[in-house]
Formats: sequence, structure tokens, C-alpha cells
Amino acid sequence: MNMKKFLMMLALFGATAAAALSSANEAVKLDRAPIDVGDLVSLQSGARTFVNNCLNCHSASLMRYNRLRDLGLTEAQIKDNLLFTAEKVGENMNIAMPKGDAKEWFGAAPPDLSVIARARGADWIYSYLRGFYRDDSRPTGWNNTVFPNVGMPHVLWTLQGQRSYSEEVVKTAGGEPLKDGHGNELKKAKFETLVPGSQSALQYDHTVRDLTAFLVWMGEPGQLQRKQVGFIVLMVLGFMLVLAWLLKREFWKDVH
Amino acid sequence: MAATEKKPVVVTDLGVLNKPASDLLTWVDARFPLMENWNAHLAQYYAPKNFNFWYYFGGFAMLVLVIQIVTGIFLTMHYKPDAAQAFASVEYIMREVSWGWLVRYMHSTGASMFFLVVYLHMFRAMLYGSYQKPRELLWIFGMLIYLVLMGEAFFGYLLPWGQMSFWGAQVIVNLFGAVPFIGPDLSLWIRGDYVISDATLNRFFAFHVIALPLVLLGLVAAHLIALHEVGSNNPDGIEIKANKDANGIPRDGIPFHPYYTVKDSFGAVVFLIVFSLILFFAPEMGGYFLEANNFVPADPLKTPLHIAPVWYFTPYYSILRAVPPLFNSQFPGVIAMGAATMIFFALPWLDRSPVKSIRYKGPIYKVALAVFVVVFLVLGYLGTEATNVWGQAGAWLGGVERATVVSRICTVIYFAFFLLMPWYTKIDSVKPVPERVTG
Amino acid sequence: MSNPPEMNPGRRRLIVMTAAAGGACGVAAALPFAATMLPSERAKALGAPVEADISALAPGDMQVVEWRGKPVWIIRRTKEMLESIKKGDGIVADPQSSVPQQPEYAKNDFRSIKEEYAVLVGVCTHLGCSPQLKSGEAKAEMGADWIGGFYCPCHGSKFDFAGRVYKGAPAPINLEVPKYAFLSDTRIVIGEDTKGA
Repeated sequence: MNMKKFLMMLALFGATAAAALSSANEAVKLDRAPIDVGDLVSLQSGARTFVNNCLNCHSASLMRYNRLRDLGLTEAQIKDNLLFTAEKVGENMNIAMPKGDAKEWFGAAPPDLSVIARARGADWIYSYLRGFYRDDSRPTGWNNTVFPNVGMPHVLWTLQGQRSYSEEVVKTAGGEPLKDGHGNELKKAKFETLVPGSQSALQYDHTVRDLTAFLVWMGEPGQLQRKQVGFIVLMVLGFMLVLAWLLKREFWKDVH
Repeated sequence: MAATEKKPVVVTDLGVLNKPASDLLTWVDARFPLMENWNAHLAQYYAPKNFNFWYYFGGFAMLVLVIQIVTGIFLTMHYKPDAAQAFASVEYIMREVSWGWLVRYMHSTGASMFFLVVYLHMFRAMLYGSYQKPRELLWIFGMLIYLVLMGEAFFGYLLPWGQMSFWGAQVIVNLFGAVPFIGPDLSLWIRGDYVISDATLNRFFAFHVIALPLVLLGLVAAHLIALHEVGSNNPDGIEIKANKDANGIPRDGIPFHPYYTVKDSFGAVVFLIVFSLILFFAPEMGGYFLEANNFVPADPLKTPLHIAPVWYFTPYYSILRAVPPLFNSQFPGVIAMGAATMIFFALPWLDRSPVKSIRYKGPIYKVALAVFVVVFLVLGYLGTEATNVWGQAGAWLGGVERATVVSRICTVIYFAFFLLMPWYTKIDSVKPVPERVTG
Repeated sequence: MSNPPEMNPGRRRLIVMTAAAGGACGVAAALPFAATMLPSERAKALGAPVEADISALAPGDMQVVEWRGKPVWIIRRTKEMLESIKKGDGIVADPQSSVPQQPEYAKNDFRSIKEEYAVLVGVCTHLGCSPQLKSGEAKAEMGADWIGGFYCPCHGSKFDFAGRVYKGAPAPINLEVPKYAFLSDTRIVIGEDTKGA
């Protein structure tokens, strides 16, 4: 078996996998989250939205307030603007609500958000926070296109406003429902504004984008350092590669 | 060992330190077989000069073993093997321990790299017949290492105590429950509780941190001793010891040190580059090395929609799922899965070819091996997905899922590769084997 | 001893360079591992400075505050206690606080920033027990020359109201004065002073 055969097989496997993935049934279509985890301003804005809106019900117990210094904030700034559920900046972002009570009030305890972005993914969070609509059949009065029958109300409703949601089956000119490659009917999502919020749709998207970026950052605060260190390590290894290669070639001159 | 005292030869010129160094070596050597072993296993251990790309992976496996042990030790300094603290302690390492994130990612990347390297290492043996006489025991030790490694990975995966950790362990331990008669009691004994719990976590921690690593080290030592006893195979599958010069040195052999120490050092740097690319830029590897659902703390009351083992177990998981239940028992599937792993042991006796290396075997073996690789990869891929990933087959097949059909076909081919081998390796054509290695 | 075989200088140079570079990489790789053993963020948070409110502390009374797992005493010294310190120069082992058991601002007659308030780590410098406060009146149990201070029940070490160790006690040095500062007349922070951490 030579290298060429092996590589051809890998390609075959790759093609099989690609074909398989494309034909898999997709659940909910998610919007791509246009986040930049290197944008500290965006992260600071997201941090503010987070502590003001989310930290009431959701803890981030694996995250310390003073880690926010990585976003370019001083301890004084953290203490003055962001320290909501603790006395000292060295403490964790815990909340006062006991888990048992939370489960009773909301049906499910609001999950801890420390690593939610690693569990759900940025796109899911971005789409979820923009997917709320009014639904009187729900105890909270809210439902969500990404997470049907979710127990969480639309906390950011004052920003986005209130919307209704309906699905329309897409029809051809002749009145026939359109179907996709797997035989599913194509539906068009329709949101209608019932009560406008304080932000325009674009502003709200930016708010959610920043919040999502913050959650992604909070999921792994060391990610920026990780990439920086990685770059240096690869440079050093590249240099070692040259030396090791020269050494090998030098010794193997002996071998015929 | 010569009766007269052998003075060690110091090749490096350390100037004024030459005499003290030489004296120190002599002192040690009179009390410890240092130079004897240095020569026997390195400086005068003759390895074939035609080792190719496939021969790097044994050395890489040793490197990864060292990486896993060292990073494991440093993780144990901070990890808490308690169901209430385990998940948070891993995040504590990631966020609050200085450089903890690096140690954690090295360990998680190392785990997947270990299997990638071991699979490629095993594949080399299948290419060149390295399991054939006189290397059957070497192969058996290697297979035992593979089994222990799978156990080590399985125990280790429970430790982060995420959803996949918990439910993966639950599923696998429940497989033991499928054993007739003793099954449920066996599972109870393994778990130490009625469900995967703190008791299970603590004992898996003990297995992962000390029990299996010790076994692994012993097996690796046995593996290397067995190798050095018979000497290495090579891509041409011929025995270099059959052709020695006047000094008793194999004509196609070169001393392992310095030639392969230097070459393997180069290889190690390439390996570390690949390792670092993953570790620093894609440690999750799209959810295959660190699964997304494992960032949700374990919840015994909430079963994930989709439970799959880590990628390196998935071929066998596919086989387990492919076998239909018999008499309401999943036991046949368990047997098939076990057989799929164990059948590798039999290779030295299944391969009846008169030549070792694929270079001199006929087209039947080449096709068989290629098909086996494809089947292994397809089974592996399907094991990562839910069984409905390719939808339903037509009503004429009873609405069974396409992926299940493919898994079943692949399972049959998988076993056929081994079970028919005594026949097709015998009838296969062979090419004349050279006297000397061809490179 | 046979002569080492000839090695061409180019080869030797390459070996040395690669070995040196590899060695440096090895050291560089070991450093993060050593760093993991430094105090983590959790340890640093738990060891963070502690604030104490002394507004309710009456003269002669002692308040105990926990800092880094140790008891820190805040004693509001009376005039008598301060007098007894002045009288004690002869019976204590290190009257001038020459051993560095206190910050610069506590290297004075009363080993404190303000005379009225003593801030001392309540851990005996012998083997680590926590001494008890004993007023100057307790001559019956402490002996005629007892002028007041602290008595360690474990091995009998005695300290005065400035934390200075008596001569002849098993404890070798004065009680430690931690870094501290007055945030206001009624609040003390222990573990840091205004000169940084």
C-alpha cells in the first residue's frame, strides 16, 4: 500500500462524509453569529447587557468578576458598573435564587451560563435571543422559534419589542406547496411587530451580537491568549523543524 | 559481557571534563548495566535501514504516553473526583490555574492523538506483516496495549462529568447488563451503585490515574523487550538478520542510535507541530475531540438526544448497533462488538501468506486491505451519528434505516476480511521477495 | 581509553545547536507546568485583603478577623495597656523590633500605625497556637512581674500588648504585624497597605 492509495481512500471517505452530511435532516436553521471575540468594545458591551439582564436568574458561577479585567476594564470600573451579585471583584458570578425554587417557578432551573456557548454554539445563542415571539398559550406569554416552549421569558423585550410569529407554506404560482430535496414543505417565517422596542432591528441585532460574543468569550476566557501562545509555539517549532531536518540529513549521509 | 573491564567510549569531546565524565561512567557501569544496555538497545541495536513513514508511529506513541502521564499528573493536582465538584474543577483548571488551560488541552488532544497514532501504528503491521512469525508475541502485547488503552480512555472520559461522560458510561456499563444471568449484578458491581454516580466516578478515577497507567507501562516494556528480542520488521518484510557480514552485523541494518534517534527526533517535531496546530487552534476539533454536549454538567434525569462514544470507539459502536437484538437481548451485539476488537489478536494465524509485506503479496490482499480500511472508516463515521442520518430505506426493505443497512453490510465485510483471510492469503499470488532491502 | 572517532566539525556544530535549541524548548515547555503550582485565582481570592469595621470596638476589647486562614487581632488599647508597653522594654527579648516581623510603619514603640489600635497576627511564633489575651490584673495566675499581654497555653510563651515576646519564652520572635491600613477612622483593611498590594 503506498501513499497515493492511502490518500485516495481518505478522499473517498471525505466524499462519503460530505454526501452524508448534506442529506442529513436539519433541525432549526440557525443564523450565523457575526461575532468578533477579539473586539474588546463588543465584549464590554456584552458584559454590561449580561450583568444587567441575565445575572438575575442565570448564574455564571465558574466566572470571577475580576476576570473582566481581561476586557480592558479596571477593578474600579468592574466594581462600579458590573458588580451586581457579590461584594468583592474576586468573587464568582453567583446568584441568590436557589435552584429548587427556580425549578418551581420556571419549570426548569435557569442553567448556569458559564460555558453555555461551548455547549450550544454561538449561532444557536444568537438565533435564540432573536427568536422570541408573543404566545399567549405559554405561561410566560412568550415562545421561541429556536427553542420551542422554552420556560424563559423574553428578558430583552423592552429592547426588541413584541412580535408575533406565523408560518406560511410557500406556494408556487399554481398554488402547489414547494418542497425541498427531502420532501419537506418549505415554510416562510413571518414576524410582525406588535409593539416596537427601544431599539431598531439592527440595533437589537448588535446588542445580541455583543452579548453572544461575551458569552463565547466567557466560555473560554483564555482563548485569545491560547491563540497568541500557539502562534509563538508554532514559530519555535518551525525553527526546530529546520534544525532537526538538517541534523537528520547530515547523519543519514552515512547510510546507503 | 566481557570479563575484562570495558571502558566506555565517550564520543563527545568535553575538553577538560572528558576525564571526570569517563570516570563517572566507569563507576556507574561497574555497578549498573548502563553501557551494556546502551549498546544492546541503542548504539549497537541494528534496525533495518529502510524504515519509511509508517515506522514513525511507534515512537510517537511513546511520546504521547509521556505527554499523557505528565499532563495527567498536573491535572490531578487540581481535579476533584467528586460528582458535585468534578465539572467545576475542570473549569477551575481551565480558568483559574495558571496555564491550566494548556495542560488540559494537551491532555484532551493527546488522548485523541494517542488513538490516531496507535491506529496508524497497527495499520503498518497490517501492511508489512509485522505480526507474522517470529513477532506474534510482539503483536499480542501490542493488542493488549490497545485494549488497555481503550479502557484507560473510557475511564478517563467519565472524569469531566459532563452529559456525554455520564451517558456514555451509562450505556457502556449497561452493556455488561446484557450478559446472560450475571449481567445486572455485574453492572451493579462495576458501578458501585444503581446508576452511574459518585461511587463510580471515584473508582474510575483510581483506574484511570494509577491502575491502568501501571499496566500500560508494564505492557509497553514487554512490547519493547519482545521487539528487541527478534528485531524489527521492515517494509520489504524480509529478515535482515538472515544476511550478516563478517562481524555479525546485518548488512541491511544500521545502529538505532544515532540514525533513528536523529530521524525520530525530526519526526517528533513534525508530530508536535500537528499536535500544536490542534491544541492551540482547534482543541475541540469540531466537537470530535471535546464534545459540545460535554460542556453541560451530567444530569441523570435528562438523556441527551444523541449519545455517541468518542470517535476512536465509533467503529465498534457501529457494529454493536448493527446487530439486531436476539430473543429481546442486545447481547449478540455486545458479542459482535467484542469479537470485532478481539479478532485482531488472531491475525498472525489468519494470514497464511508466505510473504510478509504487501509489496510482494498479490492483488487479492491489496483489495481486501483497502476495502477493510474503507469499511472501518465508514463504520467509524456512522458511529458518530444517529442511526437515521441517511434516512429511511424504501418500503421493500421494511422501512429500515439506510445507515443500519450500510452498517450491517460493513460489519459482514469487516469480519469477512479476517475470517476469509486464511483462504484468500493462501490462494493469492506472490511476487519474488528480494534478498536485500529495497528501501 | 580509545580515542573518540573523528567527527566532522559541521556535524558537531549541528548536534550542539539542535541540542541547545531543544534543551531551551524543553525548559520553556516545563515552565507552564511549574506555573500551575502557583496560587490559583481561587487561592488569591480567598487570600484577598479583609476589611474590618472597628466602630463598635470598646477600649480594652479585642476583635478577631480571619485573613488567609489565620486569626488577626485588633485590640483597642487603654492608657494602662500603653503604659505597660513602655515599662516592658527590659523584659522583652526584642524591644526595638529589629527582627522584620512588621512593616516599616509598625517599627515603633507601640508596633502600630495608631497607638490606640494594635493589629497583630494571633499566631504564636513558637509552634503556631493562638495565644489568649490576659490583662495586667491577672498577676495571681501569671506571676508578680506580669504587666499584661498575651499568654500562649501550649508551651507558655508570653507577649506584651504590642506583641513583643518576653525573654525566656519558648517563642523566639515578636508576633507578626500584617500589612494593614486605615481606610477611615472606623475601617481597617488587613492584608494590604496604601503602598500597593
